[in-house]
Amino acid sequence: MALTKEQIAAKYAELEAYISENKDMDGALIPVMQKAQELFGYLSLETMELISERLDVPVSEIYGVATFYALFSLTPKGEYVISVCTGTACYVKGAQLVLDEVKKQLGIGSGETTPDGKFSIQDTRCLGCCGLAPVMMINNDVYGRLEPADVKDILAKY
Amino acid sequence: MKSLAQLAEIRDEMKKSIAIRMQEKPGSDSKVRAHVLVCGGTGCTSSGSVTIREIFEKELAANGIADEVQIIQTGCFGLCALGPVVIVYPEGTFYSQVTPDDVSEIVSSHLVKGELVQRLVYDDIGGGKKAEGPVSLNETGFYKDQKRVALRNCGFIDPENIDEYIATDGYKALGKVLTEMTPDSVIELMLESGLRGRGGAGFPTARKWQFAKNSVSDKKYVVCNADEGDPGAFMDRSVLEGDPHAVIEAMAIAGFAIGADEGFVYVRAEYPIAVKRLAIAINQAREYGILGKNIFGTGFNFDVNIRLGSGAFVCGEETALLTSIEGHRGEPRPRPPFPAVKGLFGQPTIINNVETLANVAQIINNGAEWFKSFGTEKSTGTKVFALGGKICHTGLVEIPMGTPLRTIIEDIGGGIPNGKKFKAAQTGGPSGGCIPASLIDTPVDYESLMSIGSMMGSGGLIVMDEDNCMVDIAKFFLEFTVDESCGKCTPCRIGTRRMLDILTRITEGKGEEGDIEKLEELANNIKATALCGLGQTAPNPVLSTIRYFRDEYEAHIREKRCPAGQCKALARFTIDRDLCRGCSLCARKCPVNAIEGVVKSPFVIDQDKCIKCGTCIDSCKFGAISKK
Repeated sequence: MALTKEQIAAKYAELEAYISENKDMDGALIPVMQKAQELFGYLSLETMELISERLDVPVSEIYGVATFYALFSLTPKGEYVISVCTGTACYVKGAQLVLDEVKKQLGIGSGETTPDGKFSIQDTRCLGCCGLAPVMMINNDVYGRLEPADVKDILAKY
Repeated sequence: MKSLAQLAEIRDEMKKSIAIRMQEKPGSDSKVRAHVLVCGGTGCTSSGSVTIREIFEKELAANGIADEVQIIQTGCFGLCALGPVVIVYPEGTFYSQVTPDDVSEIVSSHLVKGELVQRLVYDDIGGGKKAEGPVSLNETGFYKDQKRVALRNCGFIDPENIDEYIATDGYKALGKVLTEMTPDSVIELMLESGLRGRGGAGFPTARKWQFAKNSVSDKKYVVCNADEGDPGAFMDRSVLEGDPHAVIEAMAIAGFAIGADEGFVYVRAEYPIAVKRLAIAINQAREYGILGKNIFGTGFNFDVNIRLGSGAFVCGEETALLTSIEGHRGEPRPRPPFPAVKGLFGQPTIINNVETLANVAQIINNGAEWFKSFGTEKSTGTKVFALGGKICHTGLVEIPMGTPLRTIIEDIGGGIPNGKKFKAAQTGGPSGGCIPASLIDTPVDYESLMSIGSMMGSGGLIVMDEDNCMVDIAKFFLEFTVDESCGKCTPCRIGTRRMLDILTRITEGKGEEGDIEKLEELANNIKATALCGLGQTAPNPVLSTIRYFRDEYEAHIREKRCPAGQCKALARFTIDRDLCRGCSLCARKCPVNAIEGVVKSPFVIDQDKCIKCGTCIDSCKFGAISKK
């Protein structure tokens, strides 16, 4: 799903517009980085350099912020991001076994992406639907009351 | 801009429209005769409530009653385990686990003919009993012991419609404060009410406000901490999703009390529905002139902005939260200076939790005495808990402070599923501790929980049964804090990691004599020396599980045995000689050929070869294999 040059240019234009609108706001850096993360799915060096120039913040500081917060990624994520909830409610109901099964099926660990760029596994603490525990989310689809045995069939849908 | 008189007009008009939901006679001549409330909280949305709402719209139109029945999307009703939830007024009929196929029956039977769809009605009145005849919401076992103050509008109004909030006396308190009270009398009233911070520590809210008011500065801030990070806690999210205006109103009241004109809500990005509804609410309040310049023509200015968290648990700590809003790595800073003196952008700032704020307007409207009529002498009011884990009624509950834990678990929560035994409840998440079964009659208030080595916490209440290993739970929380430690101070960065190393060893059967004492020593040092609340409380889950379940730790260390059978490395799979028929299926399925025997006589597992994968248990048709 590589983006065309035009699509990338359009995203950069959107980011630039967002920066112009918000750069005088106190503490603008994180909202701008969140916008960039949302647009591109990750923060490339070029993106961070652009933000650095526009906001007059050193790249080193931007890198520091990017690596501090879980939301920011320095590498592109897969087409489908799988979040297995390991919040307490899910954990006591066996979420670890579900997560292990997802890792086994895909052959990757948490925070990694499959070589074909299709799936990423993301660490997630609580998706907030404890009533459905244990839960996993693939992009915006929620799967609840899971057993490890369900994982294979669910992944096959994608 | 709306004046107070216009607000009163909207209130009177809207009260007629929500009369159906109040189970009063409709005061208007509108054609609407029934309200269908569909839960739009995160839990029910995950179980498909958006589709349910759409089908209701189609079915109502198909039956020609679209203008007689109003559909309202609300916030959380609380009983998340039985979602999606639908309530039909004026009867107040509670339908649970509604599927898309059920909708046409509810419409054709209940809404057209007036006959309830009995099979979907939730009629559990507690104690394992079913109601005979129609039962209203407040008579069910789940609701009857609850007292909804912070959650009063959740599951009752449409959070995306400011007029519905105004109908329930919304923004009346702000009007009263701005026109009839002084900052000092507001703080005095809050002090009198005894309201304490619901984020966990329980600091008196009025004293925070007093400190910030006393700080002299041209610019001050009100910050709402909605960075609800405890895994398994979703109280604040539910308030923001179900009643966002209550938080905005309280922030404006706080702004008036301390002399601030700007507020920030710092909310987790992982709560998309809450963020969306909050943004809608702020915009509506601005349109009505309830936020902005010269509110109600009184000369008071106040506005609220949203800042999204970026997934760092430490940002729930107040100084780290401020550093994050300022655009930096969310590392805490030493106190003093306290935020009330030098906070956001160096200016005096108060930071209050969502649930704390949700109580404020009601204290102004109803008085301190009313608020103090709930709860205990030192812990006034109510507390919201997110009930989860091994409990029948997973969901959101609000109880008067001082309610015994037993009431929450057995009556409201409906007990432990699958006939298992209650072992412990965990409150306060990674900062809290556990309450063992022997202390199930402990009243839930700040002092009582502190005295038994746990804490109120922000409201996560996870129930565990006999299958949960307490050493494993302690390890789970420590893994979390190690992961989320920001790394600024050494005790937390290195100390918690060393504790985790020891716990991991114990759960892998490599524990040594003296490990428990080492854990205790490290824990006490970290508590005494860490910079912020995250580090100072991180050892609590370990200390409290050692306090109440020392024998489990000892079994892991001395006997290399996990009494709950949860620690995989310590599990022993054995075949019962009397039950085994010698079919050889398990031996053929075993991936490491650890099972040997002769067909038609009992098989044996070689413990040295066994990798504890559990395949044999799943394959055995006679239930002859057990894990201990």
